[in-house]
Amino acid sequence: MKLSRQLQQQLAFGVITLIAALVVLPILLIVVYIAVQGAGAINWEFLTGFPHDGMKEGGIFPALVGTLWLTLGTALVAVPIGVGAAIYLSEYAGDTWLTRAIRVAIINLAGIPSVVYGLFGLGLFVLFLRFGTSILAGSLTLGIMTLPVIISTAEEALRAVPQSFRIVSISLGGSRWQTIWRVVLPQALPGIITGVILGLERAAGETAPILFTVAAFFLPRLPHSLFDQTMALPYHLFVISTQVPGMPVRIQFGTALVLMAFVLSMNLTASLIRRRYRRQRFW
Amino acid sequence: MKRIATLTSWHEVVIERAIQTAGLSAIALVVLIFLFLIRESVPAFQQVSLTTLFATRWYPIESYFGVLPLILGSLMVTLGAAVVALPLGLATAIFIGEIAPRWGRELLKPFVEVLAGIPSVVLGFFGMIVIAPLIRATLNIPTGLTALTGALLLAWMALPTIVSVAEDALDAVPQTYRDAGLALGLTRWQVIWKIVLPAARTGILTALMLGVGRAIGETMTVMMVTGNAARMPLSLQSFFMPVRTMTATIAAEMGEVAQGSAHYHVLFTVGLTLFLITFIVNLTAALVVFRQVKRAERVLS
Repeated sequence: MKLSRQLQQQLAFGVITLIAALVVLPILLIVVYIAVQGAGAINWEFLTGFPHDGMKEGGIFPALVGTLWLTLGTALVAVPIGVGAAIYLSEYAGDTWLTRAIRVAIINLAGIPSVVYGLFGLGLFVLFLRFGTSILAGSLTLGIMTLPVIISTAEEALRAVPQSFRIVSISLGGSRWQTIWRVVLPQALPGIITGVILGLERAAGETAPILFTVAAFFLPRLPHSLFDQTMALPYHLFVISTQVPGMPVRIQFGTALVLMAFVLSMNLTASLIRRRYRRQRFW
Repeated sequence: MKRIATLTSWHEVVIERAIQTAGLSAIALVVLIFLFLIRESVPAFQQVSLTTLFATRWYPIESYFGVLPLILGSLMVTLGAAVVALPLGLATAIFIGEIAPRWGRELLKPFVEVLAGIPSVVLGFFGMIVIAPLIRATLNIPTGLTALTGALLLAWMALPTIVSVAEDALDAVPQTYRDAGLALGLTRWQVIWKIVLPAARTGILTALMLGVGRAIGETMTVMMVTGNAARMPLSLQSFFMPVRTMTATIAAEMGEVAQGSAHYHVLFTVGLTLFLITFIVNLTAALVVFRQVKRAERVLS
């Protein structure tokens, strides 16, 4: 009897370990496969050149620059509002029906499909406010989409700061805002930065929200202003893998690799900051 | 209280107002998104009759706006994904939370995070180039761009959500439960199977719901690997045929419609439907989460 229970356990643990391995291995496989296939396409000209010959030759420079602009724009929209909302939830609001409603709203914002954000951006920013398909409209759309990630991670970081820090600051005569600005925020900063990077990482890789708000199929120049369209890496990858017949696989893999590397390096940066900050924390 | 008020300078008042406004922005945005979707959807019901809308044929060029194949397509791909993702995600969560030694956990968690970080368009590209030909060859069917292909990739994409929420749920089960089970002579597996899992079932259900919520809204991957044929998926056979989801329809067609046309408004109606589905799923999940507030943070990250 005892043996069979042990056997049962070994069997179950074996199966579970196997499944966990089966979940992890394909992730490794995808990353390595794209890296290996794409590496051949990567060179200086690919990264800094414009696409030509119907995008079948040349580089991805305008798409890369576009994604950088959009990521920056997203940060400008999402960071102040997101961190502000996190400060409100963590430092000002009590547990009232209003804060509960805010939390429900955040969870729902996080769940709205990215393509619906795209529709919203098209309806509000592109058409209603007449921004046109532009970096401005795209950044606002991506920024709103990124808010829930930033709010929730920043709030977590703020709440992790021990209450005694605040009490000491207040007892020394600091005002509420001085306490937040001089004591709480500096302590929570690494956590907040981690959250911001994770949010921007998602925004940088998204395609659906920029489809109708900013992305250009092909634009053989860099954007001039906030009201200009731009190419962007994720949309460019979509275009060259589905819309352009006879596209060389080398360029497709190269573009996929650059996008993946861009996004995963942000992910890595975020984990490094988090790890370092956990080690340095003295409380 | 009066004293503090006099100490607070005017610029602090401005800052605190701004912070309060930021706090309320989440509610304002949900309402704004909802209102805009409604605003752009309503004309659809004026321009297209309900019988046309709830029909089985989607062919907008000839004004056939039947959304049923799109809704069923989304449901089929999503349910397929859920069936694959739940056991995989739960097993991985059990491995990470209950079985793995510390080093195994440290090794696995970053991998799951990496999966969450891979852009959907990259996964879609990988699906087109690698998975679809594989499925076509293995099953010997005319095309690898099928509902099954979409469901498999979606399952993969839902995994990070399911694993992280399910793991939190397992983690929330008090250690004393496990100790009591072990003290009674149960094996570690019996403790997991008979005590921990039942105790965490609400959280596991939440994990599944949030995973499904994510899957139904996925756009690029699905659009790239499911073949996008708008036909009614009526039998199990349809899993091996192309299918078209609501998200893919919006993404593929919105760029080419004239603003204000019936087609434009119907696409907004499809978007509104998606919004409402995910709203209900997430609201339900949120209400469950409120009972275990600790989990709320992880749900979003």
